[in-house]
Amino acid sequence: MTRNKFDMQLEELEKLLTRMGELCELAIAKATGALKDGNIGQAKDIIVADEEIDQMEKEIERLCLKLLLQQQPVARDLRRISAALKMITDMERIGDQTADIAEIIITTRSLNDTTSIKDIGEMSAAVSKMVRDSVSAYVKKDLELAGKVIAADDEVDAMFDRIRSEMITLIAEDEGLHGGKAVDLIMITKYLERIGDHATNIAEWVEFSITGVHREAEEPML
Amino acid sequence: MINKETFGGKMKAYLKTPGSFIVMLLVMLAAIVTFTVLIFLIVYILIHGVPYLKPSLFSLQYTSDNASLMPALINTVMMTFLSLLIAVPFGIFAAIFLVEYASRGNKFLNVIRLTTETLSGIPSIVYGLFGMLFFVNTLGWGFSLLAGAFTLAIMVLPSIMRTTEEALKAIPDSFREGSFGLGAGKLRTVFRIVLPSAVPGILAGVILAVGRIVGETAALIYTAGTVATVPSSVMGSGRTLAVHMYNLASEGLYMDQAYATAVILLILVVGINTLSNVIAKRLTKG
Amino acid sequence: MDKLNIKNVNLHYDDFHALKDVNLDIEEKKITAFIGPSGCGKSTLLKSINRMNDLVAGCRIEGEFLLDGVDLYKDIDVNVLRKRVGMVFQKPNPFPMSIYDNIAYGPRTHGIHSKSKLDEIVEKSLRDAAIWGETKDRLKTSALGMSGGQQQRLCIARALAVQPEVLLMDEPTSALDPISTSKIEDLAMELKKDYTIVMVTHNMQQAVRVSDNTAFFLLGEVVEYNDTEKLFSIPSDKRTEDYITGRFG
Repeated sequence: MTRNKFDMQLEELEKLLTRMGELCELAIAKATGALKDGNIGQAKDIIVADEEIDQMEKEIERLCLKLLLQQQPVARDLRRISAALKMITDMERIGDQTADIAEIIITTRSLNDTTSIKDIGEMSAAVSKMVRDSVSAYVKKDLELAGKVIAADDEVDAMFDRIRSEMITLIAEDEGLHGGKAVDLIMITKYLERIGDHATNIAEWVEFSITGVHREAEEPML
Repeated sequence: MINKETFGGKMKAYLKTPGSFIVMLLVMLAAIVTFTVLIFLIVYILIHGVPYLKPSLFSLQYTSDNASLMPALINTVMMTFLSLLIAVPFGIFAAIFLVEYASRGNKFLNVIRLTTETLSGIPSIVYGLFGMLFFVNTLGWGFSLLAGAFTLAIMVLPSIMRTTEEALKAIPDSFREGSFGLGAGKLRTVFRIVLPSAVPGILAGVILAVGRIVGETAALIYTAGTVATVPSSVMGSGRTLAVHMYNLASEGLYMDQAYATAVILLILVVGINTLSNVIAKRLTKG
Repeated sequence: MDKLNIKNVNLHYDDFHALKDVNLDIEEKKITAFIGPSGCGKSTLLKSINRMNDLVAGCRIEGEFLLDGVDLYKDIDVNVLRKRVGMVFQKPNPFPMSIYDNIAYGPRTHGIHSKSKLDEIVEKSLRDAAIWGETKDRLKTSALGMSGGQQQRLCIARALAVQPEVLLMDEPTSALDPISTSKIEDLAMELKKDYTIVMVTHNMQQAVRVSDNTAFFLLGEVVEYNDTEKLFSIPSDKRTEDYITGRFG
């Protein structure tokens, strides 16, 4: 095995991506926790975590550009590095959206007294798993796992629809008492649904890095 | 100056490595000895010869009074020209065959190499005897410039062949490839690309040959004879400068004239070498 | 359109099996790159295309090379073949003569002697090789006084002067500096409008930049032959991938 230095740099890239994925997961978990407990302090942590995620994005970008310049990668190396560059954009958006959720929790307090909280917790867990699996699929070069992430997005969408109708019912039934809360919760679930979409995007780039084909592309990427 | 070694610095370095100091001394000694001998030889000849360079030495007719070298000088030029005329084309073509046409590892090739190498090692008196038996007697040419020229041609052929061969081999194969790559055949490649590039090397061989021809005595005495006149045709007998000198010296009566002749011979050789160099430079420029 | 079809070619140097069952179709007016480690047979195949291997003792070739459908080992005179299939070598090899004579050598070989016609060919060839500007005032000076990069472009001009259809380039930039290299690459891409080019290169990036199709050779076999972008992004053979990503052996 030649090109030791390059392989070490690629490992470094994987480590950074895994770390960034973990940060996203953690932020989602914290957001859910803060929602359940109405814990404002935890919600503020998330906003700080988002900045860390942004910094990681820059760090990974720098590493990728350095690898492109120094190693002039081709074939699987090229696909891995370009996929990583695309993936971090989605991960950064995930960070932003958890921060948005946190802001809603901070501004509108005591959202945790609705019955739908349990459903939102489930959805959040599902989304979190998608993020974890997509990054893990990249590191393990696991095509099947990436496929599972993409399939899981349909479930998350279904969950969103269910929670949305629950909220509509809630608004209709209590004649405006909880209307504001219901709208906030819809927004939170919408953000979670968006996170699921980003995880799907990541999984699609993972597929590309393994096969060279992007399922959304009409013409071949390469 | 930091990029030049001082003498002191050099000596200091040599103190550390006495072995290389000794080798350097030996190398310098060898160079000095060689140079000194050459200079001594030339100066010696000049001192003994130059005072006797009189106009009478250059009169067209040789008499026992003037011991003129003029006929011999003319004969030398003619002999050189004739010998080269025979030897150079043969030598060059043979070398072309060996390098360009014969396939490598050909057994015939080794036989030719061995023969030429053996030929170049044979003492010139043997050529002289052969020339006398074959050209003079068997072919009935008698003592003649032609018999001498043929004998000398055979003698210098190996060296011309050898140097031409080396010159041709020194031409990079990339030239040949380039020519073949353009659709040129073998003949065109050899005569348009390879041979012109090899001219300086070939010329060096020819100069060596000229040196041998001009300086040869033993092979000529029995073939071209020792008559001190300019013959009316190539079938006539005549002596070259070297033979002339040999005769003067062996008779013992004209030592002064012999030295004077040596001076002329020296000048002739230097002149031919200079001329060849000029020609070589002209050719390589184009 | 295929310009050249190489079919079931096997080549031996004495006991060494240098090319094994090679099949390749070279597209017309495209640049085809041969890549692979040293001794993989890529240069050998290139030299077989204009029969330069004929000069090598002990070289035995089996199979077919079809130039426009005509077997170039059977039905074409070798000197005519080399006029139609020109070659540029690894090291620039201008002849030790003037720039003009270098270019005119090929046409003269093929029977063109008219001064005006030769002048025209020399100018056109030098222009096509993008070196006219640098040479037009010194056509009568020795070609050996030029820089390495200029010499190589002169050699390309010399090859163009006999109006070939195919141009073989055997690592044409391996002896050149980066600027000369990119000039030659630009030139190659310009020339493919009129010529079919086959190029052996050790420089993988060069193959990516310049060529349309790439063949990867290993131990005398063509492992993979594909569109260059495909081959360098999604190679189908593990050995190709290992080689182009530098993880070979």
